[in-house]
Amino acid sequence: MIHFYIQKSFRAGAKTFSLDVEYALVAGAVLGIRGPSGSGKTSLLRCLAGLERPDGGFVRDDKDFWFDGRRNLFVPARKRNVGLVFQDYALFPHMTVLGNLLYACNDRPKAWDFLDLVKLTDQAHHFPRELSGGEKQRTALARALVREPKLLLMDEPLSALDEELRDSLGEEILRVQKETGVTTVVVSHSRHEIDVLATEVMELADGRLDPNKHLF
Amino acid sequence: MDWLPFWVSLQLGLWVTGLLLLIAFPLAWWFAFSQRGWVVWVESLVSLPMVLAPTVLGFYLLLFLSPNGPVGQFFLNTFGIRLVFSFPAIVIAGCVSSLPFMVTGLKTGLLGVPTVLLEASATLGKGQVETFFRVVLPNMKGGLVSGMVLTFAHSLGEFGVVLMIGGSLPGVTKVVSIAIYEKVESLDFETAHLYALILVLVAYPGVLLLNHLQRQGARRSR
Repeated sequence: MIHFYIQKSFRAGAKTFSLDVEYALVAGAVLGIRGPSGSGKTSLLRCLAGLERPDGGFVRDDKDFWFDGRRNLFVPARKRNVGLVFQDYALFPHMTVLGNLLYACNDRPKAWDFLDLVKLTDQAHHFPRELSGGEKQRTALARALVREPKLLLMDEPLSALDEELRDSLGEEILRVQKETGVTTVVVSHSRHEIDVLATEVMELADGRLDPNKHLF
Repeated sequence: MDWLPFWVSLQLGLWVTGLLLLIAFPLAWWFAFSQRGWVVWVESLVSLPMVLAPTVLGFYLLLFLSPNGPVGQFFLNTFGIRLVFSFPAIVIAGCVSSLPFMVTGLKTGLLGVPTVLLEASATLGKGQVETFFRVVLPNMKGGLVSGMVLTFAHSLGEFGVVLMIGGSLPGVTKVVSIAIYEKVESLDFETAHLYALILVLVAYPGVLLLNHLQRQGARRSR
C-alpha cells in the first residue's frame, strides 16, 4: 500500500498556494487526480517521485518511508524505484527506443519484453524524433515500467495527443497497467482522461483532495 | 621554413584546451545552475580576459608568476621550477586568457540540456555522475565542440600574453604569432605571409564547424 500525506507550499504566479493532501492507495489500484491548471497536480507527483521535497507529512510504501517530515527523512528520486511518465515524455533524444529502455534497466531480454508489451518492437531502433506522439508516449510508459517500479506516476499522459489516439492509447495504458499490476497515480486536467484510466477518482481543489467532487 | 613555432603553438593549444576542459566544466556547471546572486561577480571576473588588453593580463600574470610573485615563488621553492619564460608559464597564461571562451561554450551547452532529462534520469535510478556522462554530455555536443574549438583557436593566435610571460625562446615559448611579428620586423614578408596564411587555413575549418553547428542547433530548435 502506498500511503502519502503531503504538505507543500509553493508559488503559483503572484499568490502562494498550499497543498495538503492525504491518500492511501491499495496495491494495483489506479488513483486518478483531476484538477485545473495550477492546482498543484504536478507538484504532488513530483513530491511522490522524490523530485521535490514536501514541507511536511510523509510518503511510504507499506513500512518503507520515502519521506518523513518529522524524522527529516527524504529518499531522493533515484533511490525510490518510482516510474514517472512525464507530460512531454522526456525521452533521451540521443538514444533509440531500445536504448531508452536499456538506460533504465540494463537487461536486454527484459527490455524487449516491455517493448513487446507496448507493441513497439518494430520501432526499437528508431530515435524519438522518428516516432509519433503515441509511440513516444508508449516508449515513455515502457521505460518507466521496465524497472518494475513500486509506484507508477503519470502526468497528463494523453493530453498531448489528438482525440482519436487518446482513446486507443488510454485503453492501451489500461491494459499494460493491468498486466503489470503496478500501483498508479495519474493526474490530469481532463475528466475524460481520468475516467478512462482510473479506478479511484479524486478532485484536487484548493490544495485538498476532495472525494465528492468527482461524483457527477 | 622553420616549423618549430607551429609545433610550440600546437602544443600550447592542446595543453590549454585539455586543461581547460577539466577546469571549466565545474565552473560552467556552477555558473549555469547556481541560484546564488553573487555567482555573477565570479562569472564576470572569469570573463574579464575577453575584454582586457592582453598586456594588462600579461602584466598581472608576470607579477604572479615571477620568482617574487606568490605562484612563481611557490613553484621555485617547491619544485625548483622558474616559471616565467618557460612553456608551463605560457600554458598558464593561455588557460587564464582562454578560460572565458571555454566556460561560455560549456555553459551554453549545459543550459541547452532540458532539465526534464536530468529528472527523468534520476527517476530511472541514475546518480549524477552517470547522468552527466550518459545524458548531459551527449546532449551538449554543440556547446562542448564550440568551447573546444574557440579555446584551441584562441590559443593558436595567442600573442600579447605569451610575449609578456614567455618572451620568444625558439622551441620553448616562440609561438607562430610571435614568429610572424618577428618576420615582419625583420622585413621578411614572404615568410610572414606564409605563416599567416597557414594560420588562416587552420582557423577557417574551425570557424566553419562552429557556424555549421550553430545552424544545426537553430534548425533543431525551430
